Amino acid sequence: MSWAKRLLRVNLTTGTLKEEPTNMDWAAKYLGQRGLGTKYLVNEVAPGVDAFAPENKLIVATGPLTGTNASTGGRWSVITKSPLTGCVACSNSGGFFGGELKNAGWDMIIFEGKSPKPVMLYINNDEAKLLPADEYWGKSVWITEPGIKQQLGDPNIKVASIGEAGENGVLYAAIVNDLDRAAGRSGVGAVMGSKNLKAMAVRGTKGVKVRDPMSFMKATTAGKKILAENAVTGQGLPTYGTNVLMNVINETGALPTHNHRDVQFDGAKHISGEAMHEVGPDGHKNLVRNGACFACTIQCQRVAKVNPKHWTVKDKPEYQKESGGVEYENAWSLGADTGVDDLDAITFVNFLCNEHGMDPISHGATVAAAMELFETGAITEQQVGFPLRFGDAEALVKITELTGKGVGFGKDIGLGSKRLCEKYGKPELSMTVKGQEFPAYDPRGIQGMGLAYATSNRGACHLRGYTVSSEIFGIPEKSDPLATDGKAGLVKAFQDVTAVVDSAGLCVFTTFAWGLPEIQSQIEAACEGDFSLERLQEIGERIWNMERRFNLDAGVKGDQDTLPQRLLKEAAKTGPAKGRVADLDKMLPQYYELRGWSRDGVPTDETMSRLGV
Amino acid sequence: MAKALNFIIEKCTGCHQCELACSAVHEGVFNQDLSRIRIFLMPDVSKNVPYACLQCEEAWCLHACPVEAIYENEANGAKVLDGSICVGCKVCTIACPYGTVVYHPSSGKVVKCDLCEGHEEGPYCVASCPTSAIELVEVAAS
Repeated sequence: MSWAKRLLRVNLTTGTLKEEPTNMDWAAKYLGQRGLGTKYLVNEVAPGVDAFAPENKLIVATGPLTGTNASTGGRWSVITKSPLTGCVACSNSGGFFGGELKNAGWDMIIFEGKSPKPVMLYINNDEAKLLPADEYWGKSVWITEPGIKQQLGDPNIKVASIGEAGENGVLYAAIVNDLDRAAGRSGVGAVMGSKNLKAMAVRGTKGVKVRDPMSFMKATTAGKKILAENAVTGQGLPTYGTNVLMNVINETGALPTHNHRDVQFDGAKHISGEAMHEVGPDGHKNLVRNGACFACTIQCQRVAKVNPKHWTVKDKPEYQKESGGVEYENAWSLGADTGVDDLDAITFVNFLCNEHGMDPISHGATVAAAMELFETGAITEQQVGFPLRFGDAEALVKITELTGKGVGFGKDIGLGSKRLCEKYGKPELSMTVKGQEFPAYDPRGIQGMGLAYATSNRGACHLRGYTVSSEIFGIPEKSDPLATDGKAGLVKAFQDVTAVVDSAGLCVFTTFAWGLPEIQSQIEAACEGDFSLERLQEIGERIWNMERRFNLDAGVKGDQDTLPQRLLKEAAKTGPAKGRVADLDKMLPQYYELRGWSRDGVPTDETMSRLGV
Repeated sequence: MAKALNFIIEKCTGCHQCELACSAVHEGVFNQDLSRIRIFLMPDVSKNVPYACLQCEEAWCLHACPVEAIYENEANGAKVLDGSICVGCKVCTIACPYGTVVYHPSSGKVVKCDLCEGHEEGPYCVASCPTSAIELVEVAAS
């Protein structure tokens, strides 16, 4: 308790399924989900393997708190070697799939090999089997998910599946569950597609037990109270969602715009969380209501609707329904980064990303790079099929449809920003780290994020060390976003704590209100074993170093702990960070030192043995 | 005074905290399928619908039970199931017009909401709901 203590191993090549006990010695050292799943990956997969080779594995993992009433305790992760970055990929999702898998009595599923034909995995508590999925191959997530529920005759089944993007090898394809929640980043959906695995369908009614129910209920109740009383988790996120950030970050001068040429976007207010609340002249409002993932009391999810009269959907009634609305990240990538300030168009494009199974962060950022390639003349109207200029909402919609379906120039977009820019001879226009596209914070205006991006174990990412908390919101303590002093320690602290949160089954948004002590009291009450504050801190650091070691062995060395030249050399043109570049070199050496790594970024033997990696 | 749960559908975000609280308190396990209150997610109409026993004044489940395992709590009008008497014949599940009494194969008995009999602070689901979508209300006698 609170692990299910067993995992399912699925050999897709032979079609055989096997139950085995979860390695509880590893659970004590790596907790669960991200940590434990990655431990299995590094133990079983050679770092140099081709991400699309049958020898790569796809691991689906829950955490010890997944399926409990700990607030946000429904998270699950997908761990594999990433085709986008060549690093370890660990993408985390909410919705209801993770809770269902844990309720069926499984900590993890390990997929091996490659199926000769399209298949799906069906789990009903102890029973697990592979079923043919030919009829869903070539179909979108939005057709597959309800189709499987109908076929299996149970509306309570939870489904995680890939769309056409995952089948077609779009390098940033996502695995989508519950129609609009996703393990989005690093191309985990493309690995699933390479294995001819279309979907996972789960029904679980066995329940989840914790070690000490009374102290656990006390700890989760106290935790929920803290979330409810906190300004960010109790008011900002439920009311405006993560898109409450759009205007704030724009004013900070850290809103990447036009493929990071600018750091402020004139149209920000039109695509903000506040704009989603505005009622238009015809009575239409983008936001319908907020929603929650399993056990989440923050409830930041946006349920939104495109104006039925808008050109994107007026002849398409199937898109006039309510579905997952934009969050800050996709409002930024599909909006500010591409220069599009049409909220209806962005909401529609986000629907397309969910439907076809694509990460909207990487997609928007890749389209933005393509727009700059177009404007600089590196790609032409003849190649694309239409003009692809910044600010052109129609072009954004068209190119997204092509990418989702894997046709025309959409195939090039599906390569991601790095390979696209290399292909057309302008690698410097790719705004990526280790091949993964940036999220929505420009490190020239929020310096700590530059170090967090450069050192993230899955390439550019805001969810590995979110120093924005401290640099903008003052959580847990305010630091100057334009300063570099102290940022090395801040980044390391955030990275290690986040590794614990991601391994527990919780959502990282809780950390706006919870520190490690609040998380520790819930883990300790739920789990057998010693999970003191000190132990958890060590677990976080151990996970970080394990991921780092895998990446180094995969050939991703310290020289890739860097940022695009644009961010290092071209100063911000406007706003509070005007004149500043990302001062990475002032932070990186100190970070290596704090981590106990050599000057070229390799964990020393002493560090590895101290952590027992 | 007779009491019952009232559900405000517009406020329900579908987080399932009520089901988790209910199953933990009454069954000692987090298990939505063992909860007396259920949330139905209806993505087609974009609604989440909480649902539990309405504590009918004229309770058909109570009258239908052949072994008198269901009785009325006189203080709050809740219809309470005595699991030690229930023989699992399922007649009450057929008698209930709302489908809120359910049979559990694992125990061989039925379960239903009893407004958390004996818990002075009231039903756990009400306390667990982060948006106050579940309320305990007084029901006027008809």
